[in-house]
Amino acid sequence: MSPGVDGEPAADGAAGTDNIAVADAGLAKGTGAALAKGTVADDGYRPSERRLAHEAYRRGRARRSALIAAASTLATAVALYLLIVNSPGWEVTRRTFFNLDYARQALPEVLKGLRLNLELMLGCGVLIMVFGLLLAVLRTLRGPVFLPVRLLVTAYVDFFLGLPMIICLLVMITGVPALRLTGVTTDPLLLGGAALVLTYSAYVSEVFRSGIESVHPSQRAAARSLGLTNAQAMRYVVLPQAVRRVVPPLLNNLVSLQKDTGLVSIGGAIDAVYAAKIIASRSFNFTPYLLAGLVFIVLTVPLTRFADWLTARMNRRQFQGGAV
Amino acid sequence: MTAEVLRLESVRKTFGAQVVLRDVDLAVPEHSVTALIGASGSGKSTLMRCVNLLEGIDDGAIFLDGEEITDPRADEDAVRRRIGVVFQSYNLFPHMTVLENVTLAPRRVHGVARAEAEARALELLDRLGLAAKAKEYPDRLSGGQQQRVAIVRALATGPRLLLLDEITAALDPVLVGEVLSVVRDLKEQGMTMVISTHEMGFAREVADRVCFLDDGVVLEQGPPEQVFGDPREERTRRFLSRVMASGRLQG
Ligand SMILES: Nc1ncnc2c1ncn2[C@@H]1O[C@H](COP(=O)(O)OP(=O)(O)OP(=O)(O)O)[C@@H](O)[C@H]1O
Ligand SMILES: [Mg+2]
Repeated sequence: MSPGVDGEPAADGAAGTDNIAVADAGLAKGTGAALAKGTVADDGYRPSERRLAHEAYRRGRARRSALIAAASTLATAVALYLLIVNSPGWEVTRRTFFNLDYARQALPEVLKGLRLNLELMLGCGVLIMVFGLLLAVLRTLRGPVFLPVRLLVTAYVDFFLGLPMIICLLVMITGVPALRLTGVTTDPLLLGGAALVLTYSAYVSEVFRSGIESVHPSQRAAARSLGLTNAQAMRYVVLPQAVRRVVPPLLNNLVSLQKDTGLVSIGGAIDAVYAAKIIASRSFNFTPYLLAGLVFIVLTVPLTRFADWLTARMNRRQFQGGAV
Repeated sequence: MTAEVLRLESVRKTFGAQVVLRDVDLAVPEHSVTALIGASGSGKSTLMRCVNLLEGIDDGAIFLDGEEITDPRADEDAVRRRIGVVFQSYNLFPHMTVLENVTLAPRRVHGVARAEAEARALELLDRLGLAAKAKEYPDRLSGGQQQRVAIVRALATGPRLLLLDEITAALDPVLVGEVLSVVRDLKEQGMTMVISTHEMGFAREVADRVCFLDDGVVLEQGPPEQVFGDPREERTRRFLSRVMASGRLQG
């Protein structure tokens, strides 16, 4: 007898529980909350002594874990601070990298440039998702008619997965205008954006493809048995499940796209990085760079946390379907 | 003699060097229930997958309503539209609610309007005692409920023929009863069905014909009283006594 296991797809292994202490605390909170919120059945049930004792123990453990985490974080921070401040070059470094005056002066410029980064990210992000999905779907087409399509897509993906981002950007920004093609833009911003789309579409198509392949073949068989065509099975059964599973890795790609928009400045578009560079080269002080870096970090942190949260949430629902 | 819904003629199916179906002949009249029995690995599931064109056959022919569906020129999608299948492992779509699972094919394949498809789906679900679960996702249902939803999903397009592949294999005895009573009702309503099963008691009760698959051929077929009561072939006898020993004949 064949066991009926296809309901449970292989875990995608994208779990990112990096902090045991936090995970511990979350667990204890979970059981406590169920009691407090009164979501349990209303049948006159009183928690037993044993349950209360277990929960008290878990709460104690959670408190202890939190304390240990806080203490070790503090200790590490102090050690790092002492190490840096006592290093021989600290005074010079502080003046060139941590100058508040320059920071204040650079902030408005950097923020103005940052608008460009955000616009690039949003515009390119949408195009990348569309192209990436399209490439992934094209790659799954079977049948001899589609052989050239499959070959082309495979070659495209292989090429852009291997090509360093910076080279792609340089080629687009300097190479395309040199061709003097009529009707083709020479705007470094658009060309830079195009380079981002070219490269990231390849990454993202691989993510989508792994998602498509993770959907068990029996799902497609069930769809085809109902009379759905291949395309309909893809559209209504395979893709919705595939996309759900790859949301976390897609968000990670978005985070890294956000950073890479800074590279477009090599074409001369005044984004946050270039704005910082202008001020830095005027003043021979590197604080603006540091500031621009911080601004990017502040932007990416919420996105990364969101990706983590989503991943954890999806892992909690062991089953991949449901209302995500 | 009523019309023949399904006919297999000398069907041969191999996987590499392994011959699964050697020379299978089978005829399924309208409104009849045919039970396929046989040891694990005897090719019951493979036979059904061939009928549904999920697997190609090596030789022979399969006819649906007198039309050869294994002809390479036949429209596979059109053939599948006329056959309902329920798999042993349910294969419900986990990202859709019960109602969406059931209405997918009527809406997308048969072009039925949403309201109409849902009304009909709810009626079917109600008949199988599942109306309250219409808005649930499959992972919140018990195995028996999931299997019944799979049956409703297969019925929703009004198929000419229903293939039920070991639909109770993953269920405990209570749920088995639940699902089998649904099959009984379907028989009552005149649905033409081919079922593969290890529940001999059920096959005996519900089937009009029983086919014993062994080593790639239909070794013996006939009315259940004959196949179970007085098997002609020694190998059938041995298979049945082995099953009997494991206590599954009573069903
Ligand atoms: N896709 C496949 N590729 C290769 N061999 C296969 C494939 N599907 C089935 N087989 C083989 O064909 C034989 C028949 O399998 P099948 O699933 O039809 O048996 P079954 O009668 O349904 O058994 P069970 O009662 O256990 O469900 C088995 O030996 C199996 O290993
Ligand atoms: Mg089987």
